[in-house]
Amino acid sequence: MLQDKDRIFTNIYGFGDAGLAGARARGDWSGTREILAKGRAEIVEVMKKSGLRGRGGAGFSTGMKWSFMPKEIGARPHFLVINADEGEPGTCKDREILRHDPHKLIEGALIASFAMGAHVCYCYVRGEFLREAEALQRATDEARAAGLIGPNACGSGWDFEFHVHLGAGAYICGEETALIESLEGKKGQPRLKPPFPANVGLYGCPTTVNNVESIAVAPAILRRGPEWFAALGRPNNVGTKLFNISGHVNNPCTVEEEMGITLKDLIETHAGGVRGGWDNLLAVIPGGASVPLIPKSICDTVRMDFDSLREVKSGLGTAAVMVMDKSTDVIRAISRLSRFYKHESCGQCTPCREGTGWLSRMMERMARGDAAPDEINVLEQVTRQVEGTTICALADAAAWPVQGLLRHFRPELERRIAEARARKSGRAA
Amino acid sequence: MPKLTVNGREIEVPAGHTVLQACEASGVEIPRFCYHERLSIAGNCRMCLVHQEKAPKPIASCAMPAADGMVIRTDTPEIHKARQGVMELLLINHPLDCPICDQAGECDLQDQAMGYGFDRGRYRENRRAVKDKDWGPLIKTVMTRCIHCTRCIRFATEIAGVPELGATGRGENMEVGMYVEKALNSELSGNLIDLCPVGALTSAPYAFASRSWELRTTESVDVLDAVGSNIRIDSRGPTVLRVLPRLNEDVNEEWISDKTRFACDGLRSRRLDQPWVRRSGSLEPATWPEAFAAVAGRLKSAKPDRVAAIAGDLACAESMVALKTLLAKLGSPHLDCRQDGAKLDPICRAGYLFNTTIAGIEQADACLLIGTNPRREAPIVNARLRKRSLMGGFTVGLIGEAADLTYRVEHLGPGPEKLKAIAAGKHPFSKTLAKAKAPMLVIGQGALARPDGGAVLALAREIAESCGLIKPESKWNGFNVLHTAASRTGGLDLGFVPGPKGRDTAAIVAGAGQGAIEVLFLLGADEIDTGRLGSAFVVYIGHHGDKGATRADVILPGAAYTEKDATYVNTEGRVQRTRRAVFPPGEAREDWAIVRALAESCGVQLPFDRLADVRAQLAAANPVFATLDTVLPAPWGAFGTPGEVAAAPFRSPIRDFYRTDAISRASPTMDECAAAFSGSPPGLTGTHG
Repeated sequence: MLQDKDRIFTNIYGFGDAGLAGARARGDWSGTREILAKGRAEIVEVMKKSGLRGRGGAGFSTGMKWSFMPKEIGARPHFLVINADEGEPGTCKDREILRHDPHKLIEGALIASFAMGAHVCYCYVRGEFLREAEALQRATDEARAAGLIGPNACGSGWDFEFHVHLGAGAYICGEETALIESLEGKKGQPRLKPPFPANVGLYGCPTTVNNVESIAVAPAILRRGPEWFAALGRPNNVGTKLFNISGHVNNPCTVEEEMGITLKDLIETHAGGVRGGWDNLLAVIPGGASVPLIPKSICDTVRMDFDSLREVKSGLGTAAVMVMDKSTDVIRAISRLSRFYKHESCGQCTPCREGTGWLSRMMERMARGDAAPDEINVLEQVTRQVEGTTICALADAAAWPVQGLLRHFRPELERRIAEARARKSGRAA
Repeated sequence: MPKLTVNGREIEVPAGHTVLQACEASGVEIPRFCYHERLSIAGNCRMCLVHQEKAPKPIASCAMPAADGMVIRTDTPEIHKARQGVMELLLINHPLDCPICDQAGECDLQDQAMGYGFDRGRYRENRRAVKDKDWGPLIKTVMTRCIHCTRCIRFATEIAGVPELGATGRGENMEVGMYVEKALNSELSGNLIDLCPVGALTSAPYAFASRSWELRTTESVDVLDAVGSNIRIDSRGPTVLRVLPRLNEDVNEEWISDKTRFACDGLRSRRLDQPWVRRSGSLEPATWPEAFAAVAGRLKSAKPDRVAAIAGDLACAESMVALKTLLAKLGSPHLDCRQDGAKLDPICRAGYLFNTTIAGIEQADACLLIGTNPRREAPIVNARLRKRSLMGGFTVGLIGEAADLTYRVEHLGPGPEKLKAIAAGKHPFSKTLAKAKAPMLVIGQGALARPDGGAVLALAREIAESCGLIKPESKWNGFNVLHTAASRTGGLDLGFVPGPKGRDTAAIVAGAGQGAIEVLFLLGADEIDTGRLGSAFVVYIGHHGDKGATRADVILPGAAYTEKDATYVNTEGRVQRTRRAVFPPGEAREDWAIVRALAESCGVQLPFDRLADVRAQLAAANPVFATLDTVLPAPWGAFGTPGEVAAAPFRSPIRDFYRTDAISRASPTMDECAAAFSGSPPGLTGTHG
């Protein structure tokens, strides 16, 4: 259980002042110049030592990612791009940072940019987050007026510009290379890798794309030391994390907790428990729409971190916990997710373009029971055909929820089909 | 050079090659739809998946750079299954209408479905249907068949330089097209049809004309411009049904212009299929002996220096050398192959060739275009210029009509004033040329086919010499003449020009008008002013009832380029041969044989009986005719006639790209194109009311 003294986001509910004065009172922007004075290499080293894993979903080491940028600035400028295109269904952690604690993000952006030799940072905000972008812009203006960013930011001698860019509402633009394309003014379609953005990114220049939360926690880590951060949570899954709990709980909320907290604790302590009691729980999607659901039997014991959830063939993702109680039609729920991925596929790669539509249509029929029993196998095979054959991970994200459903609720599908057939033959008779 | 292992075989490939290219090099075929050697890599069809050791999932081989020590397997069951999976997904929304699809038989999707397809479908939902687009008179779209490989988008954007195509919508609603629908305005648009791996883009004029397996293929050369694009002629029975490009890296790579491709339906209309003789004012059908007798009768009464010949733009070298020999035997010096009056002469071969060669453009780093619009005069050369331009570090200046050439061009001025300034070294562009490592200039017929053309040519030579376009030490020759007529270089090579005291085209026409020329042979010459030929007795040897035939007193029906084995020299000086794909219609014969027989009936014995003899005659006239398919560097020398240059601006000779010669003027497809793109009304025929 996270203690209040270890809490990083102390204004996540917006009870305090989101402006510069309030942020300063909470400790932001204190000693930023001293942090920058440590130098590029030292900052990256601290980030590596802290063990912070990217908060955008994939969980790649943030310090490591920063170290991939060229050590010297060549002919091409470096860029930091912050991914605030928070579109993963169920996820609403970045928006709380954007609107209630934007200075943490801007300070983190300055530090991260300095650590990677970037003078310019673009923050790509999801199109629907109009108010959040306004809040971030307000904070940016404040910081610039106070000399915290702009030429000679914080008196460090480093020039730093921070730009807020509003997207147009495509889920795929949350994928880092599609985000870069979109930022360049093109159609948001993921790029081929290699070359990786650290080499050829925004406008062909070395670029790092980081999640809002990863950047926003960086100042705290540098101020309080990597050991403090690494001591929280479990080995290889350290630190604190914003969890979003939604669905059939008594008190849906966003809460900062230690990594590795058990799912049951998280729901019971912060979300007021499952509607109708723990035994009324059917399943949980633990990390945003892209990860396979886990049934109650696993929920009883599983811990909320990258490795534990991977062991049960799911994932931490964005840590958006979606709780479903026994009143849920779980097939329809997953079918709705399939429709989402069909809608959001960019259309570039064959398997995703064609496969998401096929999955979605099959799932819709499955939800009605309008299918042949052997089509469950076809469904399973199609998810395997789609998975791992495309440029980006959207196809995987479309396949996994269905795979999770088939893994844990196959009898439910069979029953649904049998019932529908019985109804039909009953009508015929 | 990275060394990698493909299916257990080690192979070394040049740096920068992809895994797919490495696999090809080691003899392993990789299925693909979106990948194309000449286009940027999209990596979206996902058909080329291969297994790379230590990679967590299959990799797209087209997009992965080959690296040292890679271990690639293409023959594992997993890879076969992955490709099968992609194939099934490609097919679920494909209409499978092969029986009514023009692509059938030469369809990548069909072919690869044989290797990776299932024998039955598992898709039980409704298939996607997409509204067809209207891309103009050349390209027929059946967008439901589209597999979204984006080759067409990349071709239009990268090669053709008309970035009009794109993908709208996303996911399964993604459609290839234009946001605002209109016809695709490019001279290279037909290549989209070849690039499309399925039947989404097919040839509109060829629609439902034939199945691909019924066609007989003949490898040949195009003559509708002076590029000499390598083509294959697909025919069925007596009819040429379509023309496709043939790979030649030095000339056309694998592209051809829309005129080359689509004008072939002009070979079916307005053809001369029997001899005609004018009797009491009107042309009447005749037999060959009657026609020959009419010519012989008139020739007998004409003095030798009252006989003349003009060769047209489509004339082959064989027919020209035969006609030249006939005129020599008759004793006439009046012959010319420059019917537009271009002031080029055969003294120095380097003075009328595209010396840099088309492939050589890629080595150049600065270019001056003089009085030419290569986009209209030679789209293939223009595509090469654009290709060079995209590589960067290529400055192009243009003197002449300002035009959108699909790459960045600095418009220096409209006429000879600027040319003089550059020659005098008083223009900044002279420095650009002088500083360049491999500078080139291209002078077009718009600058040469004018009374002061000789002086313009001399100015161009001066620029070439003073700005360092000729670098003997590096064997660089940056002086280029861009021809528009397929016959021109060959004609100059074999000396189809006025002899001593001979008349050139303008003088022949004027002489005919004044009565000084009594008998005039037109070898497919239609671009002269036939209304000013006075009372001259005109013998027209050619294949189309165009302007020349209308004026003729005797018409001797000849063969078009698809109907004869003939030699053409392209603008680079490359000697190439066409092959006969079909026989000439009706009683038409090969042109050189007509001249041979005509001479005989006039009592003149020409020294050849067979094609091989004619070709020996050609080689005797100029040894270059013995060197096929290569470009011999031409030694630099003096040419041009220094003199006063008029101030009139240069004007490209081609006003309407789609109708430049007898064949394209007879083509209904080219008519439609002209109406759609050039804004000119369709050519009127006698039946248009």
